[in-house]
Amino acid sequence: MLSDYRLIAFETIVYKEIRRFMRIWTQTMLPPVITISLYFVIFGNLVGSRIGEMGGFRYMEFIVPGLIMMAVIQNSYSNVVSSFFSQKFQRSVEELLVAPIPNYVILSGFIAGGMARGLCVGFIVTLVSLLFAELRIFSPLITIGVVLFTSLVFSLGGFINAVFANNFDDVSIIPTFVLTPLIYLGGVFYSIELLPPFWQLVSRLNPIFYMVNTFRYGILGTSDIDVAWAFAMLVLFAVLLFGVCIWLLRKGTGIRS
Amino acid sequence: MTAAISVNNLKKVYASGVVALKGVSLEVGQGDFFALLGPNGAGKSTFIGILSTLVKRTSGEVRMFGRDVDTHVYQTKRDLGIVPQEINFSQFEKVGDIVMTQAGYYGLPRKLAAQRTEKYLKQLGLWEKRDVRSRLLSGGMKRRMMIARALVHEPRLLILDEPTAGVDIELRWSMWDFLLEINRAGTTIILTTHYLEEAEQFCRNIAIIDEGRIIEDTSMKKLLLELDTHAYILDTEADFDADLRHEEPGLALRKVDSHSIEAVLSGGRDINSAVAVLDRLGIRIVSMRNKVNRLEQLFLSRLRADENGGG
Repeated sequence: MLSDYRLIAFETIVYKEIRRFMRIWTQTMLPPVITISLYFVIFGNLVGSRIGEMGGFRYMEFIVPGLIMMAVIQNSYSNVVSSFFSQKFQRSVEELLVAPIPNYVILSGFIAGGMARGLCVGFIVTLVSLLFAELRIFSPLITIGVVLFTSLVFSLGGFINAVFANNFDDVSIIPTFVLTPLIYLGGVFYSIELLPPFWQLVSRLNPIFYMVNTFRYGILGTSDIDVAWAFAMLVLFAVLLFGVCIWLLRKGTGIRS
Repeated sequence: MTAAISVNNLKKVYASGVVALKGVSLEVGQGDFFALLGPNGAGKSTFIGILSTLVKRTSGEVRMFGRDVDTHVYQTKRDLGIVPQEINFSQFEKVGDIVMTQAGYYGLPRKLAAQRTEKYLKQLGLWEKRDVRSRLLSGGMKRRMMIARALVHEPRLLILDEPTAGVDIELRWSMWDFLLEINRAGTTIILTTHYLEEAEQFCRNIAIIDEGRIIEDTSMKKLLLELDTHAYILDTEADFDADLRHEEPGLALRKVDSHSIEAVLSGGRDINSAVAVLDRLGIRIVSMRNKVNRLEQLFLSRLRADENGGG
């Protein structure tokens, strides 16, 4: 019974999270797919045909992994931040807090929900990309591994944002002013070899750069960085952020007075 | 028998510096129907918040059915159902989904959760609304849904913070019937309410909290016996014009209008003495009611005494 009840609670949270983003699919699933499709058309097709090759691949083929990763990152993050904050805002988070659920189960439930949306949107974007480019997967294991870890890390990031958010502005500040610039400067649209040495060094401080490049390596077999090192960073980030989330939940930051 | 709730020297100071509880000690027996009364800002919701773990206590000890809430976190949470004063469910979810989800949070397998959801939504008259989005419910329905949600894991202790606020009279009575029924079946009930006549009628024991301290903790019967004056309004059979002067000690009669009389009894006088005097004056009584709710009278006198430092 003891292990059962935790599993049931976990499944309940995940089911509720999936039900939420499916219910409002016109806000959660459709916009990112349309936006990324426009990137394919404008940058990949129209502009890309004039750019020629990047990193030894057609420009469209080069940007596909980055755009898929962009969809995964943004949707994993925004699902957790908006769901947990709206539960705080409506006080329905109290339903969870009064129930006999360990903190790690609560956290895992929200993270799984965020990953579910991130991966769903990522999958749809991948399907759309097939209309524009041939998708060859160099290493399925690395591709799946990096996408899972990236989704996990950004779901955890979304959770921390939601814990500290006091209003709806706080929910959009980080995605707008931190996440989007990091994604654009993380090598989605270009290889850092094009940059001067100083800016190459700066780019290497951006964690998203490692995720995009590792994912690109999984698909194309080419990367600006050492894949093993990138994986080690991802695992480290995931462990650190998970620890921070559990600590915040235990302290009751933003949820218990 | 172990107490359902045993609280010792409970203190709460919020980060803002507000002292909400100043050392509350209280015991509520198993199977009790207990009223926790107090004016706004007295500390009732903080007290309930601490029991539900939504508010962190500054110091003090809380035991539920003999178990320390710190060392038996999950068991004590399982024993407790909470109906808060404020609406705290998703306004976008369907009624049935909200109750089912809560059952899942308590680890109930899906089949059992569905059975319990049906059972409690039916008992609270909401089964027909199971597929309705919760924001579309009336205020009374929302409150009943929160009761169904709190009961879905069948707790041994149910705490209701203002359960009948905003509920119309008819539904209020059916809600009380329902609460009495589950109390008879063994569930301990603690409630706060502003409807003191309801607390007087349904609760067996009572505590009054004021400015973060318990100023009264006794049985309802004992408390009401302490009331030394009782005021009634008596309705006469016909209009009267008689002089109400009499020699009976401890009884004051006053004409309210041509067909009703106020009778104030003190010093152990009962209502029969008033009826006998009026009978001698040729006035027949057809009905009577309390002028002021007795508990309300006591409640206010206790608060006044507390304000004056009389304890």
